[in-house]
Amino acid sequence: MSDIDDQGRIRLVRALRARPSRAQSVVGLLLAALGFAVVTQVHSAQSTGLGELRQADLVRVLDGVSARSARLQSELKSLEQTRARLGSGSGQQQAALAESRARVRTLGILAGTLPATGPGIQLQISGLSSPVRSTVLLDALEELRDAGAEVIQIGPVRVVASTWLRDGDGGIVVDGTLVAPPYVVLAIGDPQTLATALGIPGGVLDVLTQQGAHAVLAQRSELTISALHPLSAPQYARPAPTSAGAP
Amino acid sequence: MIAALGLVVGIVLGLLLEPTVPVWMAPYLPIAVVAALDAVFGGLRALLDGIFDDKVFVVSFVANVLVAALIVLIGDQLGVGAQLSTAVVVVLGIRIFANAAAIRRHLFKA
Repeated sequence: MSDIDDQGRIRLVRALRARPSRAQSVVGLLLAALGFAVVTQVHSAQSTGLGELRQADLVRVLDGVSARSARLQSELKSLEQTRARLGSGSGQQQAALAESRARVRTLGILAGTLPATGPGIQLQISGLSSPVRSTVLLDALEELRDAGAEVIQIGPVRVVASTWLRDGDGGIVVDGTLVAPPYVVLAIGDPQTLATALGIPGGVLDVLTQQGAHAVLAQRSELTISALHPLSAPQYARPAPTSAGAP
Repeated sequence: MIAALGLVVGIVLGLLLEPTVPVWMAPYLPIAVVAALDAVFGGLRALLDGIFDDKVFVVSFVANVLVAALIVLIGDQLGVGAQLSTAVVVVLGIRIFANAAAIRRHLFKA
């Protein structure tokens, strides 16, 4: 075995020392071409670009790129839809919020929890020879409501749906508060209509005059009712569940 | 001696000129290079075995390169160029390993 190996080495050394011949030149030429090709290929492989790829690979790359582009496009579309949905959602929310704020204001004025301002009348009842009965004041109240008074205040008390009147010592009890004469009734509404309603023949003003009271009615283009009705939560009543279609 | 010299000269030339591979040659050059390497290793083994022949080497070298290029060409025409290139590289790689093993046994006695 070692014999053969030694022969191999000897042959190699001998080949390296061989004299130049035509056959050797051809082999050298081929090897030169090989070295050249190897270096060229290594060089081009290191600088891989699309230009080096064959057609099938290019088609694959193009496919991948277009698939990725389509995926990104669909993602962009869904994101834009989400953005539009969120935007319109917040718009609707703001509209709902504004609407409920308006409702809160309206209901607050109706329920007497918010101060109100607007045109109206001021009725002052004074100079009594005999005490004004609460029924007369109640008549005046009903007359004002019929005439479309939106907010009414008697003395320092805001008149709401549950307001009650009672004769008291030295005055009239309104919602538990003793109001002493002179009574001042403020009402917001159309001043002309309110004044007419109170001043009709046989109406509130006439009755008051007959009873010896001195009633002064004044129309105001701007008056403010600042008395508030304390809000108490209903003890028994609850909002009934509304069906989906109900407003 | 001239052969080794030729190899060195070719490498140096390639480094100096930094040529770019022509487009039509791009698919064939790597396979051709591997085929040529196979021929070179085969020739070296034959040299160590004492049966080296210049003519055989030249013919095998050229034939290897041409056949490898032809296989890739046919593969490209059939639409399986990439796979066939891989097959050629695998087969030639196995042959190169076998020849390298024989050369190793000769030179290092192992």
